[in-house]
Amino acid sequence: MIFKNHILRANEFIAERPKLQYYLPQALTLFFIVFVIGYFSFNAGVNMEDQGMETGFSFLGGEAQFDIQFHLIDYHGGMTYGRAYLVGLLNTILVAVLGIFFATILGVTIGIARLSTNFLVSRIAEWYVEMFRNIPLLLQLFFWYFAALRALPPPKESYIFFDFAILNIKGLYIPEFVWTNFNAFFYSILVSIVIVVLFIIWAKKIQERTGKQYRKFAISSGIIIIIPFLSIIIGGVGLEFIHPELKQISETIFNYEGGSKAIPELLALVVALAMYTSTFIAECVRAGIEGITKGQKEAAASIGLTPGQILRLVIIPQALRIIIPPTTNQYLNLTKNSSLAAAIAYPDIVLVFAGTALMQTGRAIEIISITMLSYLTLSITISILMNWYNKKMAIKEK
Amino acid sequence: MININKIYQWSRTNLFSNWYNSLLSLIIVFAFIKFIPPLLNWLFFDATFRGSSKAECYGDGACWIFIKVWFQKLIYGLYPENQVWRINLAFLILIFSVITSIFVKPTIRRYIIIFLIFVFPFLAIWLIGGFAIDIESLEIYIPILEEVDTRVWGGLSLTFIIAIFAMLFCFPIGIILALGRRSELPAIKYSSIVFIEFWRGVPLITVLFMASVMFPLFLPGDTNVDKLMRCVIGITLFEAAYMAEVVRGGLQALPRGQYDAAKSLGMGYWQMNALIILPQALKIVIPGIANTFIALFKDTPLILVVGLLEFLGMIKLAGANPDWLGFAVEGYVFAATVYWIFCFSMSRYSQRLEIRFSTERK
Repeated sequence: MIFKNHILRANEFIAERPKLQYYLPQALTLFFIVFVIGYFSFNAGVNMEDQGMETGFSFLGGEAQFDIQFHLIDYHGGMTYGRAYLVGLLNTILVAVLGIFFATILGVTIGIARLSTNFLVSRIAEWYVEMFRNIPLLLQLFFWYFAALRALPPPKESYIFFDFAILNIKGLYIPEFVWTNFNAFFYSILVSIVIVVLFIIWAKKIQERTGKQYRKFAISSGIIIIIPFLSIIIGGVGLEFIHPELKQISETIFNYEGGSKAIPELLALVVALAMYTSTFIAECVRAGIEGITKGQKEAAASIGLTPGQILRLVIIPQALRIIIPPTTNQYLNLTKNSSLAAAIAYPDIVLVFAGTALMQTGRAIEIISITMLSYLTLSITISILMNWYNKKMAIKEK
Repeated sequence: MININKIYQWSRTNLFSNWYNSLLSLIIVFAFIKFIPPLLNWLFFDATFRGSSKAECYGDGACWIFIKVWFQKLIYGLYPENQVWRINLAFLILIFSVITSIFVKPTIRRYIIIFLIFVFPFLAIWLIGGFAIDIESLEIYIPILEEVDTRVWGGLSLTFIIAIFAMLFCFPIGIILALGRRSELPAIKYSSIVFIEFWRGVPLITVLFMASVMFPLFLPGDTNVDKLMRCVIGITLFEAAYMAEVVRGGLQALPRGQYDAAKSLGMGYWQMNALIILPQALKIVIPGIANTFIALFKDTPLILVVGLLEFLGMIKLAGANPDWLGFAVEGYVFAATVYWIFCFSMSRYSQRLEIRFSTERK
């Protein structure tokens, strides 16, 4: 009882002093945070001194001395840890971009299929979602990598698609693109994009002032096709394919050489990430389309819009508004989930840097911090991009 | 006889309403006929169920002997076989108290829930981990249950241990973080934001690496926190950040009037949140909470990257055994079925809860 009285009195004491109410909890929180950080760094300092560990980021300049099986930029064991980090980061970005691309296509298709009037189509879409959403991603990854892709045929009996792509147990091969005068082509695309943007801004101004409408889509796509095409004719831009060829290495061993190759780890990762994430995107898409009331369509029809215009001007803009925020989260999740690569030895940033480089240098704190910061940067970049797009799509209340 | 017309009408509207729907339906039916029988044959009809060694698997079907032989290990990991009853007992207590809580009066149910949240976790850890009365000054050492190192814990039981602990702790931490983020006090608000956004911005794998490689450096040299515990702490903090965002959604959905009404009754901050705001806010976000729990359950296999073998890890270990090579598909199909059953029933249960609470509001 005496104890309870004390608490009551303390409560009264605080309640009578609003300034204390404002500053005391904050001071306690800050004190707690400073204490925890201080305690951790003190211990880290002592521990590292005891074990004779060096600190600092100078190791990034040291020779890496390990090989990376798959790299987008030149790399070999004699290069620095910094270079190895860059290779890992680019591999992570590659997986994220490919995964987002395929997950979006698959997710939108499945999401629309779930709303199909065809009983079988909507049911299959529903089961696809329920099935792949409720199985851990790591398990799906293992299934694709250790079970499905291992069952592919050896190089000699590869599956060949349209004389273009070749799939076998060693991976997916596509022809290598060899450009001549690539710069001219690249700049022509840049120029055409700039022209299209300027044209759309100009057309919008004209429309707001006079009400006159241009066929924006047709004219823009015309510009995007014609200017690069001109560059091919005038600028001497050429494209050649180098097809991968089957070579006999020994009596029984065959292998494809030349061309661009996607290793099985990459394939498994992209397939698993795309299928897993597509189930969530499908749900977002379905919610978005279902979220638009019938009245919207009827109102649009009653003011005389054509079905195409209704879809383009009324339904899609509103549905996108519902779809984008949760889909952004799924893109972020996909990017973070790409770190599962480490479990099947795809050389992404976690495997190369937080795995191999950490084992070799022992710089746990520096390396884990750099890895985490890289992911934070990626996450923030994606959310800024998507927020910008979302803001463009949001209702402009005047 | 009566139904034929109905079936015709139904298929007319649902399968063959126009030419492309008809085409799609036919393609799907054809795919079913082509792929379902071989799949069933592989799963059941050609599969081998009886036997105890790899040699007894014949035919083209699945070899379920693989699962049968490894079953004990898949459930209990490398836990000593004569001690397995302790895991069973812990889970029996859990199941028993959950079932009784459904059938007893609400007044008694409250005590069962308090037991489950505050007593059971520690009881279970004692049971499974073992403990002894050890008073050094009196030189008393009475081993009550043999100690079992966490390194041999594994299998499906470890999946549940991790999931239950992380769920139990991430929920209150998430609520506190959500309240912190909505606080009017800048220091608390911004530190909550930084905390939440940090954990949400990094992948769980790096969190686990941090817990296993970096965290020991932050503690005094002689303390030795168990690796499993470090990972559970990591997972808990990670999921708590997601939980905080879910709860914040519920808090934002409540109209200002609720806060004003509570304040006008003279309630303080904690009273207002505990009695008025949170009960309503949490009810709104039941689906979000369930999704976070399901995500947590699906994330537990990740601990295999730091060398802890829960269910999926044990399946992988079993498949890598030289005597049992080549059964990866069977292992993964079995694991997928088990995970699927748990996740699917969790999501269906949350939908039921949602419906129940939403009818209450009407």
